Amino acid sequence: MAVTSARSRREGREAPEHELAAAARAAVPHRATSAGPSVIEFRGVEKKYDVGAVGLDQATFSIGRGEWVFLVGSTGSGKSTVMRLLIKEFEPTAGTIHVAGRDLSEITHKRVPYYRRNIGVVFQDFKLLPNRTVYDNVAYALQVTGGSRKDIRAKVPDILRLTGLSTKLHNYPDQLSGGEQQRVAIARAFVNHPPLLLADEPTGNLDPETSIGIMQLLYRINRAGTTVLVATHDSSMVDKMRRRVIELSQGRIVRDEATGLYVRDESTREFAVRMRDGLPESSPEIQRS
Amino acid sequence: MKLGFFTREASRALHRNAAPSFAALATILLTMLVVGVFIPIVQATTGAANDVRKRVLVDVYLTRDAGQSDVTRVRELLLGTENVKRVEFVSKQEAYAQQREKDPEAFELLGTNPLPDTFRVTPEDPDDVLKIASALAPEAAAGGKAPIDSSIDEVRTRRDDTTKILQVTRFVKLMAGTLAALLIAASIFLIANTIRLSLYARRREVEVMKLVGATDWFIRWPFVIEGVIVGALGTLLAILLLAIGKIAIIDPLASDFALISAPDTMPFALLIAVMMGAGIAISAIGSGLSLRRFLRV
Repeated sequence: MAVTSARSRREGREAPEHELAAAARAAVPHRATSAGPSVIEFRGVEKKYDVGAVGLDQATFSIGRGEWVFLVGSTGSGKSTVMRLLIKEFEPTAGTIHVAGRDLSEITHKRVPYYRRNIGVVFQDFKLLPNRTVYDNVAYALQVTGGSRKDIRAKVPDILRLTGLSTKLHNYPDQLSGGEQQRVAIARAFVNHPPLLLADEPTGNLDPETSIGIMQLLYRINRAGTTVLVATHDSSMVDKMRRRVIELSQGRIVRDEATGLYVRDESTREFAVRMRDGLPESSPEIQRS
Repeated sequence: MKLGFFTREASRALHRNAAPSFAALATILLTMLVVGVFIPIVQATTGAANDVRKRVLVDVYLTRDAGQSDVTRVRELLLGTENVKRVEFVSKQEAYAQQREKDPEAFELLGTNPLPDTFRVTPEDPDDVLKIASALAPEAAAGGKAPIDSSIDEVRTRRDDTTKILQVTRFVKLMAGTLAALLIAASIFLIANTIRLSLYARRREVEVMKLVGATDWFIRWPFVIEGVIVGALGTLLAILLLAIGKIAIIDPLASDFALISAPDTMPFALLIAVMMGAGIAISAIGSGLSLRRFLRV
């Protein structure tokens, strides 16, 4: 039973890659290149919390369209501050943040919800609604943003197929494994095809094999043209991915580099093979929690 | 579509929050019952009081043997008195006819007409009644009152009755008002509490809604609707109880008691509308209070 469901999940995950790419391309006109116009631009951003703690100190960086960037650093280094600034949960103490060319400080409180619709967010603790099925959890994002019933019926099964959850439509979150729950969260974040996806410790609660699955899914979303910013402290994952890394320490950027080994335009399958390389020999079915 | 979504969310929350919702509903029910009972009562008593007030007259009874010339003379006298607006003459015969219509049997037994000729004097202002009365019948040195004309038997006002009725009405109004105000405050508080608990129970949902970009009002509406559903249900139950009470108790009695069938009370349909409006307003205010205080959007 577990094997069959795992297989069908895998098939469901792999098959429709081109669909996802097409969908994301529709939302983002230009094909992903790191040389594109910057999607995120931090200029001398500072965030001091009321209690005196420093969240971010003179952070300046810019992330291009379609780029994949890791944000690393130990707890309290300011990763989450960056994420929360990006969804405009609070304002920076100093400096400016531009997202897709727009100055965040110019977005009025009233317009913030509309701004957030352009950003998909994934968290370590999934933030799924426990009393709704997988389908309803994803549909919720569309309902909340005023999607029509027809729209929901068209989009939700689609995105769930792309994330490999077709067989779990009517399960509740507590009936799913951690990896599957995170897939639901990603499906919810991506159902509107936002041009920017933020993931705050997306694999923090998951075992290595499942983490690779999640990264693979995010990678596929990234390849389709969506800018992806991942905050993590999983250094082995970062090392293997060979993407641009911004390291924070006590609110300061201490490293910002694109690894020399950057492999451009790697297929998802190649990506997965490379990621699994070096993982202890074991069957994924057993590993899956 | 949207309204459907809000209502579904609201009823989902009501199910999960059954106990506090029920408490709020019961309070609203009680409040609305009190309001629904007191509005007609206050109206009826006010109406009755106004009725009496309007009839504030000075009755001038003539002696039994007053002749036609006496009547003419007294009329002139009355018209010449200060503060008098109108003078109306009711002859013995007219008075007899009026009274007999009210109580035929008693007057049948009486046989003869015991009623005197009467002048009904309407003052310019109801407050002038006493002035007129004392002008027509000044206090005599030996005590009692001596009418200024020998044909006047007695001068009477109905001021005492009026004052009493007005006092009672005022008291009833004050009590009803206080009770209603207290109950309304309690209702608002309980609705606010229900919504607050609901907010707490659904804080995850609110968080997710904010994340995926729901507008502030999109997040608020389900809670407001939840409160309004509680308020409307409570009011509906109260109206139902009142309707049963009206049909079972009031209506059969209405033919016997003038106060109950008082024409000044508002029609039942309007009363229902007023109660519904009040119930919904109360619950909306309650929800709004909690949302302002506890929902940071």
